Amino acid sequence: MGKVTGFMEFPRIAEEYIAPAERVKNYKEFVLHLSDEEAKTQGARCMDCGIPFCNNGCPVNNIIPDWNDLVFNQNWKQAIEVLHSTNNFPEFTGRICPAPCEAACTLNINDDPVGIKSIEHAIIDKAWENNWVIPQLSKNKTGKKIAIVGSGPAGMAAAQQLARAGHDVVVFEKNDRIGGLLRYGIPDFKMEKVHIDRRVNQMEAEGVIFKTNQNVGGNVDPDKLVNDFDSVILAGGAEWPRDLPVPGRELDGVHFAMDFLPNQNKIVAGDEVQDQITATGKNVVVIGGGDTGSDCVGTSNRHGAASVYQFELMPQPPEKEIKSLAWPYWPLKMRTSSSHEEGCERDWCVATKSFIGKNGKVKELVAARVEWRDGKMQEVPGSEFTMKADLVLLAMGFISPQQTILDKFVIDKDARGNAKAETEGEKSYTTSRSKVFAAGDMRRGQSLVVWAIREGRQCARSVDEFLMGKSNLPR
Amino acid sequence: MTHSITLKKQGLYNPSNEHDSCGVGFIVNSKGIKSHKIISQGLEILTNLTHRGATGYDPKLGDGAGILIQIPNELFLKEAKLLAIKLPVDGEYGVGMLFLPQVEKSRAACESIISKVIAEEEQVELGWRTVPVNDKDIADAARNVAPVIRQVIIGQGNSVDGQIAFERKLFVIRKRIEHLVKSLNISDSANFYISSMSSRTIVYKGMLLANEVGAFFPDLIDESAKSALALVHQRFSTNTFPSWDLAHPYRMIAHNGEINTVRGNENWLNARQEKMKSMLLGKDLEKLWPLMTEGQSDSASFDNCLELLVAGGYSLPHAMMMLIPEAWSGNKLMSQERKSFYEYHAAMMEPWDGPAAVAFTDGRMIGATLDRNGLRPARYLMTDDGVVMMASEMGVLKFPEEKIVKKWRLEPGKMLLIDLEAGRVIDDAEVKNLLANAKPYKTWIKQSRFLLSDIKKSKVSFKLKESLLDTQQAFGFTQEDISFILKPMFTDGQEPSGSMGNDAALPVLSNRPKVLYNYFKQLFAQVTNPPIDPIREELVMSLVTFIGPRPNLLGIEETNPPARLEASQPILTLEDLEALKDIDKTTKSQFKSKVIDITFKVGDDESYDQAMERAVVNICEEAKQSVIDGLNIIILSDRDTDSNRLSVPALLACSATHQSLVKSGIRTNTGLVIDTGSAREVHHFALLAGYGAEAVCPWLTYETIKTLTEDFSGAQERYIKAIGKGFNKVMSKMGISTYQSYCGAQVFEAVGLNQIFIDKYFKGTSTNIEGIGIKEIAEEVHQIHKAAFGLDPVLINALDAGGDYAFRIRGEEHMWNPESITKLQHATRKNQYDTYKEYAELINNQTKKYKTLRGLFEFKQTKTIPIEDVESAKEIVKRFTTGAMSLGSISTEAHSTLAVAMNRLGGKSNTGEGGEDKKRFIPITKNSSIAEHLGEDIIESNYALLPGDSMRSRIKQVASGRFGVTAEYLAAADQIQIKMAQGAKPGEGGQLPGHKVSSYIAKLRYSVPGVGLISPPPHHDIYSIEDLAQLIHDLKNANPSASISVKLVSETGVGTVAAGVAKAKSDHIVIAGHDGGTGASPLSSIKHAGTPWEIGLAETQQTLVLNQLRGRVVLQVDGQMKTGRDVIVGALLGAEEFGFATAPLVVEGCIMMRKCHLNTCPVGIATQDPELRKRFNGQPEHVVNFFFFIAEEIREIMASLGMQKFNDLIGRSDLLDMQQGIEHWKIQGLDFSKIFYQPDMSLDVSRYNVEEQYHGLDKALDLEIIKKAMPSIEKIEPTQFNIIITNTNRTVGTMLSHEIAKRYGNDGLPDNTIRVNLEGTAGQSLGAFLAKGITFNLHGEGNDYVGKGLCGGHIIIRPPKNFKGIEEKNIIVGNTVMYGATSGESYFRGIAGERFCVRNSGASAVVEGLGNHGCEYMTGGTVVVLGQTGQNFAAGMSGGIAYIYDPEGTFKQSCNLSMVTLEKVVKENEQAKGPKHLNLTDEIILKKLITSHHVFTSSPIAIDILNNWDILLNQFVKVMPIEYKRALNELHAEIIKEVA
Repeated sequence: MGKVTGFMEFPRIAEEYIAPAERVKNYKEFVLHLSDEEAKTQGARCMDCGIPFCNNGCPVNNIIPDWNDLVFNQNWKQAIEVLHSTNNFPEFTGRICPAPCEAACTLNINDDPVGIKSIEHAIIDKAWENNWVIPQLSKNKTGKKIAIVGSGPAGMAAAQQLARAGHDVVVFEKNDRIGGLLRYGIPDFKMEKVHIDRRVNQMEAEGVIFKTNQNVGGNVDPDKLVNDFDSVILAGGAEWPRDLPVPGRELDGVHFAMDFLPNQNKIVAGDEVQDQITATGKNVVVIGGGDTGSDCVGTSNRHGAASVYQFELMPQPPEKEIKSLAWPYWPLKMRTSSSHEEGCERDWCVATKSFIGKNGKVKELVAARVEWRDGKMQEVPGSEFTMKADLVLLAMGFISPQQTILDKFVIDKDARGNAKAETEGEKSYTTSRSKVFAAGDMRRGQSLVVWAIREGRQCARSVDEFLMGKSNLPR
Repeated sequence: MTHSITLKKQGLYNPSNEHDSCGVGFIVNSKGIKSHKIISQGLEILTNLTHRGATGYDPKLGDGAGILIQIPNELFLKEAKLLAIKLPVDGEYGVGMLFLPQVEKSRAACESIISKVIAEEEQVELGWRTVPVNDKDIADAARNVAPVIRQVIIGQGNSVDGQIAFERKLFVIRKRIEHLVKSLNISDSANFYISSMSSRTIVYKGMLLANEVGAFFPDLIDESAKSALALVHQRFSTNTFPSWDLAHPYRMIAHNGEINTVRGNENWLNARQEKMKSMLLGKDLEKLWPLMTEGQSDSASFDNCLELLVAGGYSLPHAMMMLIPEAWSGNKLMSQERKSFYEYHAAMMEPWDGPAAVAFTDGRMIGATLDRNGLRPARYLMTDDGVVMMASEMGVLKFPEEKIVKKWRLEPGKMLLIDLEAGRVIDDAEVKNLLANAKPYKTWIKQSRFLLSDIKKSKVSFKLKESLLDTQQAFGFTQEDISFILKPMFTDGQEPSGSMGNDAALPVLSNRPKVLYNYFKQLFAQVTNPPIDPIREELVMSLVTFIGPRPNLLGIEETNPPARLEASQPILTLEDLEALKDIDKTTKSQFKSKVIDITFKVGDDESYDQAMERAVVNICEEAKQSVIDGLNIIILSDRDTDSNRLSVPALLACSATHQSLVKSGIRTNTGLVIDTGSAREVHHFALLAGYGAEAVCPWLTYETIKTLTEDFSGAQERYIKAIGKGFNKVMSKMGISTYQSYCGAQVFEAVGLNQIFIDKYFKGTSTNIEGIGIKEIAEEVHQIHKAAFGLDPVLINALDAGGDYAFRIRGEEHMWNPESITKLQHATRKNQYDTYKEYAELINNQTKKYKTLRGLFEFKQTKTIPIEDVESAKEIVKRFTTGAMSLGSISTEAHSTLAVAMNRLGGKSNTGEGGEDKKRFIPITKNSSIAEHLGEDIIESNYALLPGDSMRSRIKQVASGRFGVTAEYLAAADQIQIKMAQGAKPGEGGQLPGHKVSSYIAKLRYSVPGVGLISPPPHHDIYSIEDLAQLIHDLKNANPSASISVKLVSETGVGTVAAGVAKAKSDHIVIAGHDGGTGASPLSSIKHAGTPWEIGLAETQQTLVLNQLRGRVVLQVDGQMKTGRDVIVGALLGAEEFGFATAPLVVEGCIMMRKCHLNTCPVGIATQDPELRKRFNGQPEHVVNFFFFIAEEIREIMASLGMQKFNDLIGRSDLLDMQQGIEHWKIQGLDFSKIFYQPDMSLDVSRYNVEEQYHGLDKALDLEIIKKAMPSIEKIEPTQFNIIITNTNRTVGTMLSHEIAKRYGNDGLPDNTIRVNLEGTAGQSLGAFLAKGITFNLHGEGNDYVGKGLCGGHIIIRPPKNFKGIEEKNIIVGNTVMYGATSGESYFRGIAGERFCVRNSGASAVVEGLGNHGCEYMTGGTVVVLGQTGQNFAAGMSGGIAYIYDPEGTFKQSCNLSMVTLEKVVKENEQAKGPKHLNLTDEIILKKLITSHHVFTSSPIAIDILNNWDILLNQFVKVMPIEYKRALNELHAEIIKEVA
């Protein structure tokens, strides 16, 4: 219940950040979780709605009012239990989720929403600190074997759920470490990788077997998986990046974000990396205004870039949405990330037309302004401009999963090239191939970590039902 | 032909739901002198009570009337001679008054049975007489079914000794004849009826209008017919089916009112059968069974029981005291002897509870008694020659004033008795003291009574068999049960409350397993009987329960009464239960208890339902055997529930055991106690009680509470207190005041249980749509059990989320959910029909998730028409109204937005019960804003108004609080809605907490800012159907151009009530579903009272059509209306108008926070907090868009159904069908055929409104008054004139007031502009809503409701000049005088009845004494009482002041001190400085009022006081409401601050 009049008494407070000048010096997380007292008053702002829209706004349906109330009452232990009952990995979402729950918060109609994400962050951090996150061993073993392809959030969530249901779960990861995009897509300053390692430890204790360097469709035969296991879940993510086929694309210095970001993470992890792409001293242009673009901005600044620009093709969104028409949905509005605060020039309605290089290395970028009318884009005549660019990072999103793996499993794809499977009904998460399921970005296309967790959980239930005829796993 | 065409059960119509109420009266010569005049006077009383009856579709067809007189010996001598019958002396022959079948053969069969029984019982059949009748003037429908009326004359046989024994024998003969004729199986056996069979009395009655009785029976006008007494009765029934035998009087009584507990009373009487022994009746006792015929009326059953008691040897007054005891348990003023008398008899007979004025006679004595609450009027007078007349109202018979020695009223619980043999009137105190001291009751009680609280408790050593969590889960506990239900109870001792409606799936439609309790709905009183206020009128409530065997009802000669175990309330602690287990030790084996395990294990080859049924059979058998073995307390316990053992639902075990013991006639040999883990909320306990439990121990609830608090004993106490409060509320909403009579009364109906199951285990409970049976119930038990002990990870560490009270992702389905709200808001804000359609699809398409009954309906395929041919949306939207939401429960912004929107549409908005700012009555003529019109200081969130807009709500609600109900308010209405009940809390009142009463709201409600406001559960001027007719008449007078609407809530029998309401001349009836919204209501009421409107509406339509009354009224339906499809379903089931409340609020921005009751609505709707109101963002256009979307959807459906005109849809339930192919395990058993039923009536019987009610205003006395007062009305010139008035002139002055209010508003005319000097006995509602400027000066007397809603006028009433009695010792006005008065003055030279100045909010009154409950709920004004008050003065009084002249210093005992303090009245110069009532000192106020009283009425008391002012002033007590004092101080402090 929090406090009945809490929302009228206490303002929203944000989690504190270490100052930009300080934080760009390293790759450590710089978001500090709320103090107990702060968390309490933030919890008090929750109105315990008759209809908690946040609950619905959250893809894993976190039971937010309940843990807000528990935090208000400083009952942290029970808070983590409630939180864990819907979300396997709140330490991930508490750090990197854009928090659609907060957009859906009823206080957001005409006030600042409850700081749900910050409370979640505080709960899980406290839980780890107090050793409340311990392996939950299943009592009955079913003897069923399940292979999960991909160890990103979807694969991990599915694995944990299924292991707890008593199945033998093996996770196949093509990289050298577990975590998928969490591991190599998200910079350490957003989320340190110790969080993944701790979870992996917990899951291993719960019986999950993780196998790295296993490229299913490469060094691992899909058919063998299907034969050896009672079922297989494809949770390999959507890794096929969108390209920018303009003149000069082939120049050195024009890279996909995912060629840039993972290496830095490896270095932070202590690996040695050959030919790392660095931004140090360079004029960096990030193309694409999304979260990956932001991560490129933050990483470039930490490398010590000379300048960082970020271009977005779409128009600049309004400073504030019209709440009465947007709420409780995720609003289109101007968002400034922490990486932007660290130094970056942003520009909208910019279409990149070509890259100009010297000695095979990119030196300049040619772009033009565009106008959008009725959903159609037109170049503004005479608006072409050129700017210095030593490093261009393409962060324009992902088209779909890599097609090869889907093809090798011989499963149907949807119109966008994702693994085809429904999410509701008896056949939910099943692909066209018997025993084979799909979840996460591989099924729905690029999305949020929290969606991946949801799909992993729901898919786990479908697999459990498929194997056992019924399931106690929550969806 | 039958003489009673009480229609058979059909569709949803069930004749057993019929109600009646009536006018009753008697006249008696107390000396026992017989005369013909008494009979003529009796008939005259009847004639003058005609307006208390009603007529059906045919104005000549009344509801029945009759007269009971002594056997007119002279007449019979004369007639016997003609018939050659030799008549013995008076008293030695009896006369049976018979209704016989018209068919010769059947009649002969009946007559031969009569002869046979008379002979077998050794009496003498002297002869037969066909009673002459004159039937040419009676209604055709009555004549067509008239019986052949004959008399059989029976001579006293030799075996019988004396007249008392002869009377007893005649009773036995009558019962035997009734049984034998019934078993005869003749086709028209139902048409056989014995009106009376006695040697003392005879009853002449029939399906007649009151004024026809004499003309119909020539016997009665024969001068040789003489009697010393005449008891008469005029019936007002809710049906219109002619029925001769339902007319009163019965053999011993005539009853005005309703027995709410009749089902329990009947059951208990049957339950006693085996145990009953009578020395007097001996073997004849067996011949009496069954004592009551199934399906007979409550009055008839009461009559039967009274006959039994009298035949068993009780005197008539003794028996009446047993059946209708006064409130004794909490009465501090009652003598211990009398208390002991009542307590002694309480164990023998539970009260027959309900509003009742019962006149009774055995021919030797005649009398009347009133229920403990005084809910029916009964006035009487005595003359100097020994005549006593009693009637529902005065003026029904004229006596020369100088002959009258006493005018009085029957007081609550009191008895008036006239003993004709002793030749005198015996007053209440005398008769009761005589009886109370006749036997050593006090000693007997001392010897035989064990109080549970006194019994030594052993320590409880009780361990749960499984973990607490698993056990909780095994009984279906959810997280909400802990947080929403238990916490408020054990922390604050309060029943949990919530807000908004119930939009969750019905239990039978839910995919989740539900506990059995949830399938039952609490019944509640509406119209035909009033709910009680259990808080303010606590003195009548009692939770005392007897656990264990009951004494022999007819054991009048027993001198060593059996032991009785008494508890002060029925919720047992764990220690109490242990005490019961060991009770043989503590009571020397006078009690022996037996614990019966109600858990079961499923055998290998058994299904769950087989196992459970087997368990139930075993439980019943074991219980029976225990009783036979002499064990006398049975404890049904489910403590053995564990992972292997499931529990039979405690309710099922309880009811099955109770009913099986009742059936075996041994129920009263034992007590029945339920020890269950399942009971946690009020509804659960109420159900267990209603189905027979004398006490309940909620062991698991206690175990749960233990883990949630450190102070368990305190928490337990608070929890029990909260349940007790809830109990009182649940009982009182049905008008029942004692646990004893609630126990076993079965005042519930089932929704979603099949008839087979009900008949087997809950016999007598209504269930209308079939549903699940034992198989599915066992499956639910199984599923709940499995979830408890299964592996579901969600339930490993936590209870199920629940989601019944608020939406939860893992909880119950709700209609209002994030998607539906979002889509609706976006659609209406963007004016996007596509988005609306997506919303409507979410609501309408219930093919996967089922939530409402209508969701399971589908439309039959018919030919379609192009949508262009369908009536326009602009026309359709006129049928829409918004719900009654008061300004107070919602903000001005939200309230006015709805009004503006509805006026733009041509629909109607509803004020709710909080009055309305008169500024809103002014039409808008230019572009402006609401702040501009209502004031910048009033509005927090402004919006634009356009020319042509109006903020006036076309519907003005009149609810029980009468807040802001003035002549001006009523004059500004297009429709006046009387709220009888509200879907969210039917049968309950409401409360607006002080923090919501801003100065603006206080102004509109005529109250003090910051002072909480109470709406009483009943309208204190509606305790019965004829009272409602009176209020309708009042309001029609208050605004002849407005239609009068009555709002009812769907429950079984609502159709019959609606038929009564139509007969009471309502123009419009609203049927609300159980699921409607609320600003605040107990959760148990939101969830568990009332039924879906689909059932209630269909029943109403069917009943009205059957009664040929449908054409007279407009029918509206509301309750969670959300889409056009909902409207279509409503229309097909019979509605022509549609109310929406929650949906338009959602359009305004409501997001179902369900925080209305906390004043923290974050979107500025249900709050008065100025900061939150700034957040309001609703716009009239959005609401307009919504209703047009609805209309558009309706048009699409109409096109698909081939309907051009909306009227063509109404009542076409044949177009509905149940959705095909539903495979849901619970839904499959549902059967909607009763809902879809169409009565087989000819085509000219209308199915929708086609005609107007006749209100009889053309006969109003006001027409004459208005004519005479015209110069005042038009030119403000003073007028003065004389008028003669009689009791049939009702509601005088109200139409006149309307004329003034229309022109001048509440400002009215200068005082005394119109002076009307009246003479005579005024009818009810004299001066209702009397406007300022009018003075009524009456010489005579008033009846009930004088000065109701007084609105500035002055009323003076003093006795006629030639009255000889002492004025201040006689009654001058009746009950409920000045109810809801807002301003004005009144002076009464004499004593007023009960409930004087209830809900007064500004008028002043002087009276010389008054009855119980004076100044109840008063919020303002000044009352001076120059005499004694009755009990419970000032209950719920939060404002205004009363001054009581109390020379004897006894007032304090009569005053309810929970909200007021008593202060001294001091001289002006001694009164402390500071805030003052009316800014005047007490002395000045008092002196002014008493001086006026003296001037207007020449009261000697007033003179005496004024003459001795300085001495007597300090003998006044000032009644000061605590809240009022605080508010005055606060206001004063503010003023001082401002000045500073």
